[in-house]
Amino acid sequence: MSEKIENTIRDLLSDVLGLSKTQVASMDNDTELFGALPELDSMAVAGLLTEMEDRLDIVIDDDDVDGELFATFGNLVAFAKAKVTE
Amino acid sequence: MRPPPAHLIYETGGHSEHCLSFGAVDAARTILIVPPLFDEMNRTRRMMVEAMRVLGEQGVRTLLPDLPGSNESLADMSDQTLLDWRNAVVDCASQLSATHIASIRGGCLIDDAAKLPLWRLAPAKGTSLLKTMLRTRVVADKEAGISTTVEQLLTAAQSAPLDLAGILFGQEMLAALDMALPSTETGIHEVMLADINGTPLWLRAEPSDNPAMSTAIAADLDCWSASCGG
Repeated sequence: MSEKIENTIRDLLSDVLGLSKTQVASMDNDTELFGALPELDSMAVAGLLTEMEDRLDIVIDDDDVDGELFATFGNLVAFAKAKVTE
Repeated sequence: MRPPPAHLIYETGGHSEHCLSFGAVDAARTILIVPPLFDEMNRTRRMMVEAMRVLGEQGVRTLLPDLPGSNESLADMSDQTLLDWRNAVVDCASQLSATHIASIRGGCLIDDAAKLPLWRLAPAKGTSLLKTMLRTRVVADKEAGISTTVEQLLTAAQSAPLDLAGILFGQEMLAALDMALPSTETGIHEVMLADINGTPLWLRAEPSDNPAMSTAIAADLDCWSASCGG
């Protein structure tokens, strides 16, 4: 389950931001996202959130979204896991 | 030299609308492409047109209509409803002799009234499309130093058209979009991205194209339309 969520996030980053499969496969918990990836601007965040909802069947309250969420790959995966088990 | 497009016209809702076309007028098959809606339409146009060129070279005619209020249309976008667009698809199909319909993403919300064989790629729910555009607007406002919420935007939309991604939405369109789901009749040929080695270009922050995906879409459409209806 946990690994499945992580892979969903990898696919999501590849699909929405146009990153290569190799680049997303090499990401680990400490990989920086927001600020480190030019593809990830604040506009792309809107698309990522909606796709995350659709693919993981979760609802994200926009109040839950802060700067920390997209800081690292680990943060994003941890957020998704917490939402799925809610 | 690759075949140039033909620029056709169809009538709907009291306006003449543009329709791009490739392929011979006397082709046995004419596939009407119902594009993704709103901002996703712009990001996928090159992908669709490239697939149309390939199909034209294979003897299949294609049509890509402007929906009223979009692209070259003179109709007022803020007056449009999903029903108007569903009717536009029917009008285009009947006036320009479509034999099949292929719809992508939000296009799957308005493709069913023409009663032609249906091919769909990655159907989208209306509420997901709306939510992404609302979020994008909130982010854009924030960057401009304005603090807005989705609730505030929807309340304001009750008295004046709402600007989302540079598109003006009337109250009726917003309400209908929030409820809209792709129709579920039987016999629809649904294609997922994995079937065509595709990438979701409609999600990208920047427009892009993917010739290999266009070729795969054209091959799938050719095979499907040859064996189905018409």
